[in-house]
Amino acid sequence: MENRRAVFFFLAPALAAIGIFFVLPVAAAFLMSFTDFDIYSLGNFQYARFIGLKNYLQLLNDPLFWQALKNTIYFLVVGGPLSIAVSLGSALLLQPKMLRLKGFFRTAYFAPVVTTLVAVAIVWRFVYHPRFGILNYVLSLAGVPGIDWLGDPHWAMPAIIVMAVWKNFGYNMIIFIAGLQNIPGELYEAASIDGAGKFQQFRSITLPMLAPTTLFVSIITMIGYFQLFAEPYVMTQGGPLNSTLSIVLLMYQQGFRWWNMGYSAALAFVLFAFILAGSVVQSRIQRRWEA
Amino acid sequence: MQRLGLLLLYVLITAIAAVTLAPLVWMVAASVMPSGEASAFPPPFLPRHVTFEHYVRLFTGMNLARYLFNSAFLALSVTVISLLINSMAGYAFAKYRFRGRDPLFKALIASMVIPSQITMLPLFLMLNKMGLINTYMGVIIPGMAGIFGIFLIRQFARTIPDSLIEAARIDGASDFRIYWSLILPLCKPILITLAIFTFMGTWNDFLWPLIVMTDDSMYTLPVAIASLSLEHVQDTELMMAGSVMTVAPVLVLFAAVQKYYLSGIMAGSLKE
Repeated sequence: MENRRAVFFFLAPALAAIGIFFVLPVAAAFLMSFTDFDIYSLGNFQYARFIGLKNYLQLLNDPLFWQALKNTIYFLVVGGPLSIAVSLGSALLLQPKMLRLKGFFRTAYFAPVVTTLVAVAIVWRFVYHPRFGILNYVLSLAGVPGIDWLGDPHWAMPAIIVMAVWKNFGYNMIIFIAGLQNIPGELYEAASIDGAGKFQQFRSITLPMLAPTTLFVSIITMIGYFQLFAEPYVMTQGGPLNSTLSIVLLMYQQGFRWWNMGYSAALAFVLFAFILAGSVVQSRIQRRWEA
Repeated sequence: MQRLGLLLLYVLITAIAAVTLAPLVWMVAASVMPSGEASAFPPPFLPRHVTFEHYVRLFTGMNLARYLFNSAFLALSVTVISLLINSMAGYAFAKYRFRGRDPLFKALIASMVIPSQITMLPLFLMLNKMGLINTYMGVIIPGMAGIFGIFLIRQFARTIPDSLIEAARIDGASDFRIYWSLILPLCKPILITLAIFTFMGTWNDFLWPLIVMTDDSMYTLPVAIASLSLEHVQDTELMMAGSVMTVAPVLVLFAAVQKYYLSGIMAGSLKE
């Protein structure tokens, strides 16, 4: 169908909104990252000066940036695979044909996904309470002495990771369930006729057939986990000793608390570069693996 | 042997369900405990007697009705507006041929890797110049159009046979009439899915409303309870009541429409 006026009519609102409130700000943020835009520029943009790569160089010398990067990567490298493994595991557990009440269990596992992150982060703050928290109580039954989960720099990030896995695993589980349903049953029948055990079937049928699903899940999980923000904001404010300071939290503090907007924009683009590089690397690895 | 295995499987998946739901159940239980009761060792899992004093306090002394209204109004507005704009664009990408269509669509899809945080600083300055900071428009405007929504609708609209559209055209229907009375009804399943996604996404969103809503009376629920929780750290039961008020509406909505929600996740994960 060709009708220029109709096409214009249908596309204009979306493209205008995306152009003005997405593309333009991205370009502006890029320019901003090369300026010293700060609280004085807020009243009058002319006070912002072009300073070249200074923000990016300053980042390299900012111990807080390295700390935030390290923490974010810790969260991503430990939390990402862990949550994908839990998602895949729970999808497999709900797989057997004889299983009843599948819908109930699926809904139960999925419930945390739809909850409001801020609200459940507040709940988990009490789960981790050093004196009255449920976690320490359960551990005390096993004789483990209480841990100040969110107050100890070594434990705060693992605690946030556990809560993030709890919150998120249901989402990827649903995608894995869909992926598992797409594997033809004949493959398993043929394999079991050939005498392949359950574990062997899992390794040589399920895993390879799930490769595209796993790639998709890894990429969306990575993109989401790079943007860690609300958990540390509510549970630890980035502490203790900056052990849960994430890149987005640092960006928020620099940009909207101290109004170092040029510097904050540079941080945003570093975040973007990592996300982009991560997506590309993962697709490459997967492609090589499949070949 | 096989029955034993099945029994063990039930035990295992029930245990996982219990652990998954425990924090939510405890949240509800603690929200109806009298002040201070939750702070005990061992931590009580059920209230000794039920009280709704914290809910009363939230509504009478802490402006909760206003936050509920803000959240609901914003989530509804963003949902209605974005559904209209995205469905128009998705339909055009699916069913009209025009120069640059495929490169444009590919560029949109590719731009989905750009994290939204990048846009936040300039967007804040723009809205500030327009006088929209601390207004409902400040949250609605950036949510008006979404690439993911356009994508979902395009994928769905492509499955509508061209012959249906041609027939309507021969009957003399205008382009808009075809979109409004033929395409939209046919796209109902995906529209419902997308509506739920958008509503929940806006309801649960935290970072952007935290930035834009500077005045207490404009806070959404997540921003309000985050701010309360940083002030009232010791008020466990009150905070739990606030969390229940934030989470319950989306959980109830999910329970009512979970088929659409789950099928939407699957649709979004399928490749071309």
